[in-house]
Amino acid sequence: MSSPMQSLASPFYGPEHEDFRATVRRFVEREIAPHADEWDEAGSFPRALYEKAGAAGLLAIGFPEEYGGIADDPFLRLILCEELAWGGNGGVQASLFSHTIGAPPIAAAGHPDVKQRWLPDILAGRAISALAITEPGGGSDVAGLSTQIRREGNEYVLNGRKIFITSAMRADVFTVAARCGQDGGLSLIVVDAKSPGITRTALKKTGWWSSDTAELVFEDVRVPAINLLGEEGRGFRLIMNNFNGERVTLAATALGAAQVCYHDALAWARLRQTFGKRLADHQVIRHKLADMKMRLEATRGWLEMVAWRLRQCSGKPNAELIAEICLIKNFSTQTMQFCADCAVQIMGGMGFMRGSRIERIYREVKVMMIGGGAEEIMKDLAARQLDF
Amino acid sequence: MKVLVGVKRVIDANVKARVKSDGTGVETANVKMAMNPFCEIATEQAVRMKEAGSVTEIIAASCGPAANVETLRTALAMGADRGVHVQTDAELQPLAIAKLLKSVAEKEQVQLVILGKQAIDNDFNQTGQMLAALLGWSQATFASAIEVAGEWLKVTREVDGGLEHVEVKLPAVVTADLRLNEPRYASLPNIMKAKKKPIDTLTPDALGVDVTPRLKTLKVSEPPARKAGIKVESVAQLVDKLKNEAQVI
Repeated sequence: MSSPMQSLASPFYGPEHEDFRATVRRFVEREIAPHADEWDEAGSFPRALYEKAGAAGLLAIGFPEEYGGIADDPFLRLILCEELAWGGNGGVQASLFSHTIGAPPIAAAGHPDVKQRWLPDILAGRAISALAITEPGGGSDVAGLSTQIRREGNEYVLNGRKIFITSAMRADVFTVAARCGQDGGLSLIVVDAKSPGITRTALKKTGWWSSDTAELVFEDVRVPAINLLGEEGRGFRLIMNNFNGERVTLAATALGAAQVCYHDALAWARLRQTFGKRLADHQVIRHKLADMKMRLEATRGWLEMVAWRLRQCSGKPNAELIAEICLIKNFSTQTMQFCADCAVQIMGGMGFMRGSRIERIYREVKVMMIGGGAEEIMKDLAARQLDF
Repeated sequence: MKVLVGVKRVIDANVKARVKSDGTGVETANVKMAMNPFCEIATEQAVRMKEAGSVTEIIAASCGPAANVETLRTALAMGADRGVHVQTDAELQPLAIAKLLKSVAEKEQVQLVILGKQAIDNDFNQTGQMLAALLGWSQATFASAIEVAGEWLKVTREVDGGLEHVEVKLPAVVTADLRLNEPRYASLPNIMKAKKKPIDTLTPDALGVDVTPRLKTLKVSEPPARKAGIKVESVAQLVDKLKNEAQVI
């Protein structure tokens, strides 16, 4: 496994970025790539990987330093997502980094005791954090969520059902979206997974097999009142801010997967002989590869620009930038879809065989286009931000 | 014990090197550079020895242009304590680098120098040996294991026939072979901390070293392209071709 070098100059990356890229690449080469097939077939990966990632500092980006975090830099996130893609196992990536959606609301709005209880363990890889928003009755339609919390003395009582929750089988802590009363505003609340009244059921999926996606049922789960994040009923903004980070991450991950598709398809096209010449010498194949490269570089250029703008506004995007984040998420996952399709086509029978990372990436396309905000929702949100 | 490790900045091992069109050398403009892999192994060794308690301070040194500071930062991120940059844009050959490292080793009063056995760009494999001779210290090259035993180092060397075990008295120069260790990946917090570690900048003039090249490169050319193979009809024909055309049997 190797990733091609960026040989063209970029205004965005400094020496510490290159050092970090080398670190992630080595981590992936040693800790993930050799096991990518085995873990996907097994439907899981060793829990020890979380602590290894924590020791390398991979879980720390964007969290407060006092809890073991590293100051935010969108380019570090880009590098991380992109390099992880070379491991060729999106499921590992999704679960290993589920805290990047589960834990930011804790860091942003948690009671000091709650932060101290969970953040150091999460960032060191000792505890697994998961975000639980989507329900059988509504996902991207956040307003349709019906999970309830009810205040009783110093506790909240939680009741409801969540679905498609990444890392939910192994998570130690859930960040759950719920509302107080049928018409109450949304809140986020931190729930210890050991609390009585939680049932988890594993779900089988098209892709991301090594990720422990599950359905959760909360029945009269009692949660300390200080675990509520921010004010009761005021969680909507927290949820929306969290989505911005998740969507940039998804865009970078999709770009990384698309790059792997291009790399592997090109390597195969140079090797494979048909009709007396290399696949890469056939015009139909050359043009496919050129189309892949064209979309990759367009996606990269825009995504890096979005990352730069995020850094300029210290991670507090205005409406126009939120619209860009929604659209780059769509654009990048479309690039992944296009490149995965081309790569399987170029690789022919090999691309359809289990054990190739291209086959796996192909199965991971749709979750990228749906998760974190489906394409249609993204367009609509962008339209509203841009005041169409 | 204080240790000096040398870290050379070379074209990244994953990049395909290209010869300059005028044949005077290899193109390095706009090419991704990285620490020489054998220097990474040397740095890793020093860090492990510090973790084991036999080393108190690790000084990383690099000789070359301003960008070498980036390579020093990489060494600092891996665990070196501070850096010394001997800054020059001049072409540096092994003898010049050995003289510069000698000055640094004496100035810093180190007891051990660990270098990579060679750099992947020029493949000289000379600097460590020359440095030991200039310092008048013991040397142990191609190390695949190093153990500290009081005033002595027990070094395992990879030689053609197997493994050779030698003991050298400190102070010493040791050069690292491929199997000495597997270099760590620097953690992100350590990459950030490395930005704050001190790097001293020196010049060859300040060290009183004349770095004028003693070797002259006549020409650099690409290796010949590999020719396509042929299929033989029979074993007899294969043996005939191996014997008479390839002349290998």
